[in-house]
Amino acid sequence: MSSMQQVLAAWRPVSVKAPLQPPGRRHLRGSDFRWAIAFVFPYAAVFFVFVVYPFGYALWMAGRPSLYAELIADRSYLPTVVNTLLFVGLGVNVKMFLALLLSGFFLRRRWWIRALLGIYVLPWVIAAAQACVSFHWMLQGQGLVNGLLSALLGIDGPAWFNDRWLALGWDIIVYIWKWMPFWTVIFLAARMKIPHEIYDAAEVDGATGARCFVYVTFPLLTNLYLLCTLLSTLWTVGDFTTVYLVSGGGPGGSTDVLATLGFHYAFDTARPALGVAAVLSALPVLIPVVILLMRRLETSEVEI
Amino acid sequence: MSIAVASGQPARRRYRLRRAIVEAGSIMLAIVLLIWSLLPVYQMLLIALDPEEGEIEFDGNIWTPEPSLEGFRAVVTQEARYLEHFWHQFGNSLFVGLLTMVLTVLIGSLASFAVARMRLSKGSLLTNAALLTYAIPASFLIVPYFRIMHSYGLSENLWAVIASQVTFATPFAILILQLYGSFVPFELDDAARVDGASAVQVYWRIYLPLVIPALAVVAIYALLLAWNDYLYAAVLLAVRNMTVAVTQGQLFSDTDAPWNAMMAAAIIYVLPPIALLFALRRYVVAGLTMANVTE
Repeated sequence: MSSMQQVLAAWRPVSVKAPLQPPGRRHLRGSDFRWAIAFVFPYAAVFFVFVVYPFGYALWMAGRPSLYAELIADRSYLPTVVNTLLFVGLGVNVKMFLALLLSGFFLRRRWWIRALLGIYVLPWVIAAAQACVSFHWMLQGQGLVNGLLSALLGIDGPAWFNDRWLALGWDIIVYIWKWMPFWTVIFLAARMKIPHEIYDAAEVDGATGARCFVYVTFPLLTNLYLLCTLLSTLWTVGDFTTVYLVSGGGPGGSTDVLATLGFHYAFDTARPALGVAAVLSALPVLIPVVILLMRRLETSEVEI
Repeated sequence: MSIAVASGQPARRRYRLRRAIVEAGSIMLAIVLLIWSLLPVYQMLLIALDPEEGEIEFDGNIWTPEPSLEGFRAVVTQEARYLEHFWHQFGNSLFVGLLTMVLTVLIGSLASFAVARMRLSKGSLLTNAALLTYAIPASFLIVPYFRIMHSYGLSENLWAVIASQVTFATPFAILILQLYGSFVPFELDDAARVDGASAVQVYWRIYLPLVIPALAVVAIYALLLAWNDYLYAAVLLAVRNMTVAVTQGQLFSDTDAPWNAMMAAAIIYVLPPIALLFALRRYVVAGLTMANVTE
């Protein structure tokens, strides 16, 4: 119970005012107030039972400082941190940037580009586990990728998963493959909302192509882009399936990220407290990201 | 007049040339994207249509010489190894996916309505706190969840997975609904209230119908989150009560699996979300367009 209060106390300063509070608030009258409380109750219950309590539990499990000393002493921990930074840093930024560029391509009004969009979102719809396993086997010894390489280019492809950097590279590529469509659709929707007049005006002033993108489109989308990047960073740190089912952390655990390392500690070597400590060691980096995200949401203006 | 035509000619030619280059570039990009998006799907199809139990090695054939539906038959009749309980597992996946979807839409819309539309004071504390859920990435809570679900009496229960998925989908739902809801004029609520509608009626008759596009986005997002989940189902469920995604994950280390049937199962598993996405596509486009924040 005390850990729960601690958590609440620690969180309070962050929660400032609502981002989209309408002007002219008034006090709710009796029955309305009761209804509003009743409406909020289900989520509040979910939040306390499935977020606050498990999080407090995790803090309690991983509260001993000796666990962190043990973690640093473990030789697989620091490489894992490096992998996580690379996986998240490259994965999120490359994905977001490509998604932004591609959203411009899908904006073109051609029937075949519309049709392509339908195929392009397939990776998002295919379950992550299946896609990852499919990639895993495609990259094995004589799988599809090496088969195509030798058939088309006459190269003998390497054993992709015997090298730490190649394996990690494929983890990142598969991750981008899986999640780029989702963000492309988000950016596409945002760009569809930019009024045509703005581009017409820019064209009169002589801005075309790349200049139009740099001086017109991007400034309009900066806020959304930052928001999405922050949100995606948080989600990617928690991505378990990609690394677990593409490289499997191999060779020899050298491509593990924090999520899979924590899993190994907890379920393979039966050291749950150490597993929780491994993932919680990312919190000092994650909490500032969340605070930044909330600030962004507050300052963002919504226009019709 | 003739001067104007003469000077207009090269400009027009340059314009045509640029158009042709852009067009060719688009087509090249389209081909690259097509291959990029479809490569794993192609591999799935190639193996699923193989008449033999199949192997994952690529034998140089771009297309199976004699495509057969043997793999699909083995799935439907549950004959293949790993797939003895396929339809039961498929039912589990559907149950988890649909309930995650419905509960996320319901809980998220109720909370957003109370906070943004009824202007519950201090309600924004809750919706802000919701975003804090993402400070703890989903996979980080798996160990505490594993323990806690035991103490809640939900171990090896599908509801444990549903609870975890709803927990991680609802903050995004609230975010989207709040962004979208700000476009729905408040005057509508006020007018209905003057006419004597209760809070529940305003929620059900005015708020929900007006935010349908946002609800569609949330529904797709929640369904796909649950559909994509591997970790929570793998850890929280018993072997006999798995979802399809977890069964497919077992293929990771088994070179000897009945590949054609497993890939056929994978293809069947992809169909429900595609159907939903197709059914809701108009709303999804509208919802995403409106809910986007631009500065």
